[in-house]
Amino acid sequence: MPRLRAWALSAPALLLVFLFLGLPVASTLATTFGDPAGPFSQYAAFFESRFRMTVLWRTMEVALITTAVSLVVGFLTAWVVAKAPPRAKSLLIIAAVFPLLTGVVVRSFAWLIILGKEGILNDTLLALGIIETPLQMLYTEFSVIIAMIYLFVPLMILTLVGVLEGIPEDLTDAAASLGATPAAAFRQVVLPMAVPGLIVGSVLVFTGSFTSYATPQLLGGERQMMMGTFLYQRAMVTFDWVGASTIAAIMVVVTLTTVLVMSKMARRLNPVAG
Amino acid sequence: MRQKTHPLLIAFAALTFAFLIGPLVIIIGTSLSETSYLTFPPEGLSLKWYENIFEISAFRRTMVTSFILAVGGTALSMAIGIPAAYAMARYRVQLPAFLGNIYVLPILIPEIVLGFSLMKSVAIGADFPIMAALFVGHALLVLPYCVRVVGASLNAFDFSIEEAAVSLGCPRWKAFFLVVLPNVRAGIIAGFILAFITSLNDVSISIFLTGPGVSTLPIQLLAHMEQFFDPTIAAVSVLLMFVTVGVMAIVERTLGLTFLTK
Repeated sequence: MPRLRAWALSAPALLLVFLFLGLPVASTLATTFGDPAGPFSQYAAFFESRFRMTVLWRTMEVALITTAVSLVVGFLTAWVVAKAPPRAKSLLIIAAVFPLLTGVVVRSFAWLIILGKEGILNDTLLALGIIETPLQMLYTEFSVIIAMIYLFVPLMILTLVGVLEGIPEDLTDAAASLGATPAAAFRQVVLPMAVPGLIVGSVLVFTGSFTSYATPQLLGGERQMMMGTFLYQRAMVTFDWVGASTIAAIMVVVTLTTVLVMSKMARRLNPVAG
Repeated sequence: MRQKTHPLLIAFAALTFAFLIGPLVIIIGTSLSETSYLTFPPEGLSLKWYENIFEISAFRRTMVTSFILAVGGTALSMAIGIPAAYAMARYRVQLPAFLGNIYVLPILIPEIVLGFSLMKSVAIGADFPIMAALFVGHALLVLPYCVRVVGASLNAFDFSIEEAAVSLGCPRWKAFFLVVLPNVRAGIIAGFILAFITSLNDVSISIFLTGPGVSTLPIQLLAHMEQFFDPTIAAVSVLLMFVTVGVMAIVERTLGLTFLTK
């Protein structure tokens, strides 16, 4: 009886996921293997096309740089937040949550104003006499990466504040009382305990930036096509649904592999579980 | 013994927060300018761009659509997500643990892949009307928030209270509504509001499902930006920031904002 009740209560949610996620995504993946020239011909075409590979590598590059920078900036900032006195800490958390909950369109728009040809940064640099003609910053990989870092640093900070707060201060005190220098205590005690959290944060940022759409659309445009904008263009501009499905399948494989491999690694590197 | 944080680190964190908040301050500034182009600091002060939002019918319409969608989609998702979260917490032995992973699939699968697949299979394949497809897409998108935030509250709930009610003769369904739900109210409110803001800000799913006559606010903003680059967009952005502030106030009063660091 409890078993039946448990399944009955779960059924509507499971059905929603099955009908509107399971089936549609499976159908997208299935289309990519239906080519008369052979099941993998769509993928062969993708990996042989110089243009498509450029898009894939650019997306990888942007996602990796965004992850690396967010990791460093997020970790150092989260460190300060975690060690701050309670009142300052809640203010800093508010300051990180606010951009996180503000929409991606609004946050990308801010960088359009800042980086535009007649934008604030160019105006300032011109006024200061540092440059003589406005720099082309929009629609470059640089503008996409800056906006992505802006997008994901709050997420990294909030993830890592939780992780760092979970490391008891007694441990570093113990290390110090046993003669460890602060640097050694950090390297040998704090860092190993923070590694699983660093991995979780990195996975969130990497998959988020690898699959983003609005930011590369607004700040990269046609010139800096990324996987997300490329998928949209194939699906809704050229109506090449099989091509779009192939891009979708590659995105699914990359993100799922990243999540699975990294979470396994996070478990293995967790000194508490091990 | 509390270790002192190095002043250089503090300076670095200050720079990070300036980087995080600065661009939003710039948006607020540009929205107040009298000029018809985006400039910061604002030249003159006026609220005319805020009035302009309501003069553009596309903004009025899409605001209403986005609001209905966010409230309706989240309500639908809660209606099916709460029982699922309850089953997971209450019948831990009877249900396989992987069910929890199924409910978070909408976060795990890239949103843009989900949007594209819904367009292909549901909007066109199953011939759903635009609004219905958007509803389903948004309900799906926010399901992980509903199940997990409510689930976190349910895991902290002592089910023996419910058993007490049942053993005293209260029907199970009644015990659920009178005993369980009031005890996890904070989680439901916080989950609802986080789901609401996620739906309100969504681009990647909506961009595939909006169609002639029906659009959402973020999609309308994107479209507007491609044609006009005036302070109206900044004004809409500021309105959306007000919504964010409201959302944060509610989360702070229910689960506390530190919930988001867990």
